Amino acid sequence: MTRVARRKALSSLFVGFCALSVLIALVPLAFVLFYVVSRGIAALNFAFFTQMPKPVGEVGGGMANAIVGTLILVGLAAGLAVPVGIISGVYMSEYAGSRFATAIRFAADTLNGVPSIVIGVFAYGIAVLPFKQFSAIAGGLALGIMMIPIMARTTEELLLLVPSTMREGALALGATRARAVFTVVLPAALPGVVTGAMLALARIAGETAPLLFTSFNNRFFTTKLTQPISSLTVQVFTYAISPYEDWHRQAWAGALTLVGMVLICSVLARIATRRLERMHVR
Amino acid sequence: MPLPTLTRPMTPSVPRQTTTPPDEAPVKIDVEHLSFYYGSKLALSDISMQIRANLVTAFIGPSGCGKSTFLRTLNRMNDIIPGARVAGRVQIGGRDVYGPDIDVVALRRQVGMVFQRSNPFPKSIFENIAYGIRLNGLARSHVQMREMVEKSLRNAALWDEVKDRLHDSALALSGGQQQRLCIARALAIEPDVLLMDEPASALDPIATQRIEELIYQLKKQYTIVIVTHNMQQAARISDVTAFFWLGKLVECDRTDTLFTSPREKLTEDYVTGRFG
Repeated sequence: MTRVARRKALSSLFVGFCALSVLIALVPLAFVLFYVVSRGIAALNFAFFTQMPKPVGEVGGGMANAIVGTLILVGLAAGLAVPVGIISGVYMSEYAGSRFATAIRFAADTLNGVPSIVIGVFAYGIAVLPFKQFSAIAGGLALGIMMIPIMARTTEELLLLVPSTMREGALALGATRARAVFTVVLPAALPGVVTGAMLALARIAGETAPLLFTSFNNRFFTTKLTQPISSLTVQVFTYAISPYEDWHRQAWAGALTLVGMVLICSVLARIATRRLERMHVR
Repeated sequence: MPLPTLTRPMTPSVPRQTTTPPDEAPVKIDVEHLSFYYGSKLALSDISMQIRANLVTAFIGPSGCGKSTFLRTLNRMNDIIPGARVAGRVQIGGRDVYGPDIDVVALRRQVGMVFQRSNPFPKSIFENIAYGIRLNGLARSHVQMREMVEKSLRNAALWDEVKDRLHDSALALSGGQQQRLCIARALAIEPDVLLMDEPASALDPIATQRIEELIYQLKKQYTIVIVTHNMQQAARISDVTAFFWLGKLVECDRTDTLFTSPREKLTEDYVTGRFG
């Protein structure tokens, strides 16, 4: 074999390995999606979105309470994590000295890696135990705590991508540091920050463990933040481990709904990013 | 020695003539024994010079000689660099720039700056100019704001090109237009000194010529300090030239004198292209 032929063979081999790895990564995803969609579609109907769960033995019913509950929980989490996360990100990128920023970054990454059940226990300790009451607030808090480090790190990295000449331009016009950050640097990074927020939301919307002993579950429709509240994930979990065939079908439908919500989140993120970018580039 | 640097292929439309001889104009910026350190590294050593009002002063010298650093000490842009330290004194219009009671924000309003790479904000053309005006509370009404934006754009010779699309993104402008926008933005807050850090180095010859003509127009109202790598440019547009080398000010004189009969051998070698 000539030298060139050997190099070509090696190159093709490497490309082959890359393709194989992608295949290995995608196959489980495809299976999961295929299963969820095929089993879920069968059980999904209009009533699923509008009706309440039926008692055991009665066929039909839906998860309206869980869908609304998930939206409320995710909304609470975003209300907490988006401002706190963005401002922490600003602090890391603009104010903390490099050594302190490294420490915060490490802490954020660690927090990001903490198992979600541990965060659930923490939220239980500070928001359930003192009030002797499971609540939507406690669930939102748990999800929010999970979301903060994601938001902070995303914001930080996006701000660091904004050219320093942009900051200098604002400072040279007499802006204070904070003003430069909030009127020039952050808006320049906004499209990315919005994407980051939507993806973080999609990520926490699928969490079950932190909700098990914070927002718990509720078979009835409620929007009260101080009451236990239902969520798609906990409802799917409860139904999936039950012995009833009809509940299993409902669980598939719930899983499909959740996947759909996450997909909508991602699509919205892309649309918002494009819009914001187009505003400035064109 | 005949100097090709003094032939001006791109002559500004107005004949170049200084109304006041450079050494008689009032002193605007007075620098005494200024040294500057990045951490422990000495970047500028013991610089003393006077920059006079309503003239164009050019800083020339090889890369890394400290000319940009020196420019940035004049409006304290180096403050944001960790570990930067200044010794000596800089006075602008009689006020001590590094004095204890100086307001850096007020200083930067008085001493505007244009950067090497045009850095428009990702906002509309109008908002780019309005930013500094708003920041410093200079406009009392919408009408006044619009007038000030228009005046700044006219001063920067950009108005006719953008008047119909003030609310388009500034990033859609060409490189030369963006740089003139940045000049307009700096002018909008009514400074009396304008610092320019290689404002034309990223532009094509035609855009460069427009900037140079603009500088010529602006010196009637402003004291202009410009850093340039381009010796022809310094010769074309400046009244006074300062030559920096290895963090030291080697020579500062009227531009025609410095280019034709420099006092220092080093200056002569540099302006005739023997090194650097």
